[in-house]
Amino acid sequence: MKYSVFPGCSLEKGAIGYPYWQSMEAVLKPLGVELVEVEDWNCCGATEYIALNRMAAYSLIARTLALAAKTDGLREMVAPCSACYLNLAKTDTYLTQDTALAEKVNTALAAGGLHYDPGSVKTRHLLDVIVNDVGYKNLAAKVTKPLKGLRVAPYYGCLFSRPKLDDQSDDPEYPVALDKLLQSLGTEVVNYPMKAHCCGGHMTQISEASAFAMIHRLVKGAADYKADIIVTICPMCQMNLDGFQGAMNRYYKTDYHIPVLYFTQMMGLAFGMTARTLGIGAEIVDARAALARIGVEVPPAEEAGKPARKARRPKEALPLPVMPGREEAEQ
Amino acid sequence: MHEAVSNGTPKTFLDQVIAATPGKSHLEMCIQCGTCGGSCPSGPDMDHTPRNLFAMIRAGMRDQVLRSNAPWFCVSCYYCMVRCPQDIHVTDVMYTLKRMSVKSNLFDESAAPDFSKTFIFWVENFGRSFELGLMSQHMIRHNPFGVFKIADMGVGMVTKGRISFTPKRINGMDSLRAILAKAKELEAEDDAKITGGAG
Repeated sequence: MKYSVFPGCSLEKGAIGYPYWQSMEAVLKPLGVELVEVEDWNCCGATEYIALNRMAAYSLIARTLALAAKTDGLREMVAPCSACYLNLAKTDTYLTQDTALAEKVNTALAAGGLHYDPGSVKTRHLLDVIVNDVGYKNLAAKVTKPLKGLRVAPYYGCLFSRPKLDDQSDDPEYPVALDKLLQSLGTEVVNYPMKAHCCGGHMTQISEASAFAMIHRLVKGAADYKADIIVTICPMCQMNLDGFQGAMNRYYKTDYHIPVLYFTQMMGLAFGMTARTLGIGAEIVDARAALARIGVEVPPAEEAGKPARKARRPKEALPLPVMPGREEAEQ
Repeated sequence: MHEAVSNGTPKTFLDQVIAATPGKSHLEMCIQCGTCGGSCPSGPDMDHTPRNLFAMIRAGMRDQVLRSNAPWFCVSCYYCMVRCPQDIHVTDVMYTLKRMSVKSNLFDESAAPDFSKTFIFWVENFGRSFELGLMSQHMIRHNPFGVFKIADMGVGMVTKGRISFTPKRINGMDSLRAILAKAKELEAEDDAKITGGAG
């Protein structure tokens, strides 16, 4: 199985979702899935560009789709981030349905020397590829260390299953793909009623009260159902539930402490991989106590997920000014 | 309300919103059932629920609609869109209203339009988003003391290698700039047709 891949800005090295990328790479190898990164891809525009300029937003996405169409002749592209996935898949759908829109977008692309035939690259969420192309059975066959003794709340967020773009996608209100995937890893999956509710998206930056209300609802829901851990499929959801859990606790005067990991990290643990390989330990809400229940040791927080340190320049080599345009040659 | 004229035919505000929304929005099909507002996680924060807003659009209340905070509280969760019995693309309509309100300068109460603009600054100049730059620029302008509330998270993100201090620039920046400039030109042409130059 071979696909092109769109990492998205949040999964780059040094970005909030890098552990997702690390664990994805680690688990896809034994499953026989090969990924080729789309060269020079750009940001998907998140939920921001479309709020200001629709033609620019679609053209921005179409540039990446055009580049993806040139990637090794691959017709399917994997996007691990739910927001990137939806932006790419939805734009392609709209361009396919609306020929006038597609024509205008291609006029814009032509200004940059590119062209995209709508429908020529199908964007798929990583979870979709794993459960439908690899399959639960093949997944279960790779499990060497079933995650018994852990209660897991599967959290999908919005954009994996909504809006419904085609008949093959999971149920928009009650998706089940992640539940079944986690079951095949041997965990106890909580019937989590908030599993497809919203994490608040960009609201942490715009209205604290709204953001914390949504985060509180999700964390409280998981706690009420006695989940040890929340498992997510999107870097934005992970950031909101993990990074902002402390601020939400202070706002609501609560004391929740539910770690939030990626489904790929859970897969890796079940495949017998070490926490360090999977980028575990980079969470803000400490996952050690929860993972100790399944016998997983997590390296000290400050070491995990840290990018390898660059060797310091020797003292005698004082930095010299670099001529413009020569930066690359100097490195 | 603006008396927009295009091809000699007066257009209602409803027609304009529909024309500015890509694909088939089905906005004209609203039966005022309220499923959208009832499904909305941000409903309590909105001055008008989507149902309310759609009735106002039909009534031609352009300025009141574009001054509403509702589109800016939309979190794009798409619950309304999958539940609407008339298949109205509610989320897409909300994006249309955001664009119209920014272009006509009618809404300025919230930090939301500014957040979008700051986000886009990084995309238009680097081709990629830059989390640290985006958050710090935005917070300095809108929530300078907020940084203390999330200090623990910030320290955690830094020590755990989840924050990059340098933005990345794509190689095809010239090509991307040309594409976006052309796209904006096309958008302006479209807007002029839709509103008959009324903004």
